[in-house]
Amino acid sequence: MTQFWAALTLQAGYNAALVAIGAALLGLAAGVAGSFVMLRKRSLVSDAVAHAALPGIVLAFMVMVALGGEGRSLLGLLLGAALSGGAGLLVMSWLTTRTRLAEDAAIGAVLGVFFGAGIVLLTVVQTMRAGRQAGLEDFLLGATAGMLREDAILIALGGAVVLALCWLLRRPMTLVAFDPGHAATLGYNTRAIDLAIMGLAMAVTIIGLKLVGLVLIVALLIIPPVAARFWTDRAGVMVWIAGGIGGAGAYLGAAISASAPDLPTGPVIVLVLAAGFALSMLLAPKRGIVSAAWRYLRLRRQFQQGA
Amino acid sequence: MGAEFVQFSLTPILIGTFAAMACALPGNFLILRRQALIGDAISHVVLPGIVVGFLVSGTIAAGPMGLGAAGAAIIAVVLIEAIRRFGRVEPGAAMGVVFTTMFAAGVLLLEQSGSAQVHLDVEHALMGNLEQLIWLRASGWQSLTDPAALSALPQELPTMALACALIAALILAFWRWLKIATFDEGFAQSLGIPTGALGFGLVISAALAAVAAFQAVGSILVIAMFICPPAAARLMTNSLAAQVWWSLLFAAASAILGYVLAGYGPLWLGAQNAVSAAGMIAVVSGVILALAAMFGPHRKGAQTV
Amino acid sequence: MTPLPHHSPLAVHGLSVTYGDKPAVRAVDANFPRAALSAIIGPNGAGKSTFLKACLGIVAPLSGEVAFFGQPIAQARARVAYVPQRASVDWDFPTTVLDVVQMGQYRRAGLWGRLSGAARTQAMGCLERVGMAEFASRQIGQLSGGQQQRVFLARALAQEAELYLLDEPFAGVDAATEHAIMDVLRGLRAEGKSVIAVHHDLATVEDYFDHVFLINVDRIAEGPVKTTFTAQNLNAAYGGRLVASTPTTLIQAAE
Repeated sequence: MTQFWAALTLQAGYNAALVAIGAALLGLAAGVAGSFVMLRKRSLVSDAVAHAALPGIVLAFMVMVALGGEGRSLLGLLLGAALSGGAGLLVMSWLTTRTRLAEDAAIGAVLGVFFGAGIVLLTVVQTMRAGRQAGLEDFLLGATAGMLREDAILIALGGAVVLALCWLLRRPMTLVAFDPGHAATLGYNTRAIDLAIMGLAMAVTIIGLKLVGLVLIVALLIIPPVAARFWTDRAGVMVWIAGGIGGAGAYLGAAISASAPDLPTGPVIVLVLAAGFALSMLLAPKRGIVSAAWRYLRLRRQFQQGA
Repeated sequence: MGAEFVQFSLTPILIGTFAAMACALPGNFLILRRQALIGDAISHVVLPGIVVGFLVSGTIAAGPMGLGAAGAAIIAVVLIEAIRRFGRVEPGAAMGVVFTTMFAAGVLLLEQSGSAQVHLDVEHALMGNLEQLIWLRASGWQSLTDPAALSALPQELPTMALACALIAALILAFWRWLKIATFDEGFAQSLGIPTGALGFGLVISAALAAVAAFQAVGSILVIAMFICPPAAARLMTNSLAAQVWWSLLFAAASAILGYVLAGYGPLWLGAQNAVSAAGMIAVVSGVILALAAMFGPHRKGAQTV
Repeated sequence: MTPLPHHSPLAVHGLSVTYGDKPAVRAVDANFPRAALSAIIGPNGAGKSTFLKACLGIVAPLSGEVAFFGQPIAQARARVAYVPQRASVDWDFPTTVLDVVQMGQYRRAGLWGRLSGAARTQAMGCLERVGMAEFASRQIGQLSGGQQQRVFLARALAQEAELYLLDEPFAGVDAATEHAIMDVLRGLRAEGKSVIAVHHDLATVEDYFDHVFLINVDRIAEGPVKTTFTAQNLNAAYGGRLVASTPTTLIQAAE
């Protein structure tokens, strides 16, 4: 318990503190960026992007090794992740616009195939140079244990940049997410703004890979906005509530994970966020289940008395 | 193609083929119902299911772990539906909440229980161990008629074949209902078809396929097979029955070609080691889908008025 | 409570449906006549489609009783055919026109029963009746909106029912289709069958229908078109937004 308080108050060592701050900024950025994605009803697109990042990470590693480097620079790996995640996004939009397939099929196909390709490459790397590849598997589920100070700073900085961009673009993104047709008549370039929404979500996904892992990173984008939606009907307010839930959840999760062994950071953060979601869904005043059930029963009584 | 092939490649290829076909069958309907991502969700929640199955039973036997996985799939489906309905959350987001949470819980349980040591790890769950399902007792094709050798077949082969046959039988038995409820749910209900139960049954059979396939081929292959072969098949024909046949053909082709490429491809390129078979099968299915998307005779949707 | 009448193809008592905590249909009574064409009329969001679906058990009602020919829906399914809104299905589904019509025979054939050559001939006959026989082997996605609606009607004909429930059969269809559909519906009436359609075009109500049911969450009025389709009732149904003295001018205001 004391360990937990120490972690919570940033007293559990320099690295743990950096991780917690990085996680908080990432969670905040994810909650905000994820809100626009959710309003646009494309939550699971980012899941495909995250899984599609794997081949890029492994390829980036192979390229860096081939160029004589050590192959473990986080920036280099994330660049690879962004490239292949972006390629996955392009393939999805190609499938949905050029063929009759619906978006869900495109998401699933890209997710499965890119991830499969990543696994194939991973087995190549494993046989290639057993010693040096250590760490690539960490991108599957995230790992903070071997995290360098630069890595944590990179995550925090990346989160801050995404957040700033979300703030700058908040009006056009809200408009497009809510009503693309209307936004177009106001003269906004909806395609570009749509791209910005997905681009920011992708940025969060890529930045968070090391911390949360590519299987779970999408939870940071999805759970906070869905939870926030229960508390308000106004998009502008929802974005900040989602950011708050995301930031607080990630910070708390990172602190819990730092307080004991065998508590992997990514899954703990996701579970903390899930608890926040469950509370929101049950207890939120207007849209929560408890209050809705109460209103439903009251209505039913009225009708049955009336009939 | 002699004794060595029978010993080391025949059984994994057969298991992979049955797994791919078992997933592709319900995948056809999931895609037409715009529920393709249910397959994604199911394959993620299988992990916590087998972890709980292992923790409760204390063994890594297939039975309890399979039961745990099936239970997890059912819980996930019920939760997704509850969140969608009572929370008025769109289906994609509801799925995202449920499967990430359950997967996270599974990983945490795994780390906490220390069961990672008993060959139950996340990577294994993602990638499967198709390459290891070899038939050591076989000495050549003649072993196919040798009862002693047959009794030493890897357990996964009969399990997977049975699951595949069961799913095929279910889909055949309920073909008319599935077709009509998928095309026009309201009309199906007016005929008295229990569309809710039917949809649930479809998801359960998808879960059955995922659970059976999972231990052998891992969850990547499960996701890819739910979606890629049926999606490619949809671009080849405008008849539902033909679509299902195409999807079976594509699934089998992916499995066979993928396994062969993973096992022998690197050798042809001068490397010494095979690569992940499950990953390669997924890649081949993706290539098939890409080809269908470029050249399939019915790749374009009709312009509805 | 008095039992609902046997002579009516569809009789409803105290039917209520809610979506979440908003009432969509509130304590509605209705009694549709046999061998007649009836219209269900009301503004958008008035619960017209919901009312039909609740009668058929597609959405669960909160309370109320529904009887088809004096029986609950479960026992009357063979006598009732339903034509959903055209927009409610995926027209990209991999199937042909004839195949869709034969779906109307599934109930009789059961899950495994063979669809015989005679069944096929009957289905072709239904397509003939709506003027779509030459399209039998077309993929359904290649049809125009009006053609899709005719195929839906042919599917209902294939059910050989006694009561036909249609949800917005004229929405987004061309004039030729509208005439073709009306011919079929009048033919059904001549055979002694009953038709109930959700309808939104006030201008054609007097031409097309015998009986009208006005709803706006609550039941507003019901009866023969001549006596019920009045300015006063329409004003009540459309929330007093239409101020006019005769149906004809009202209709102009509504459009």
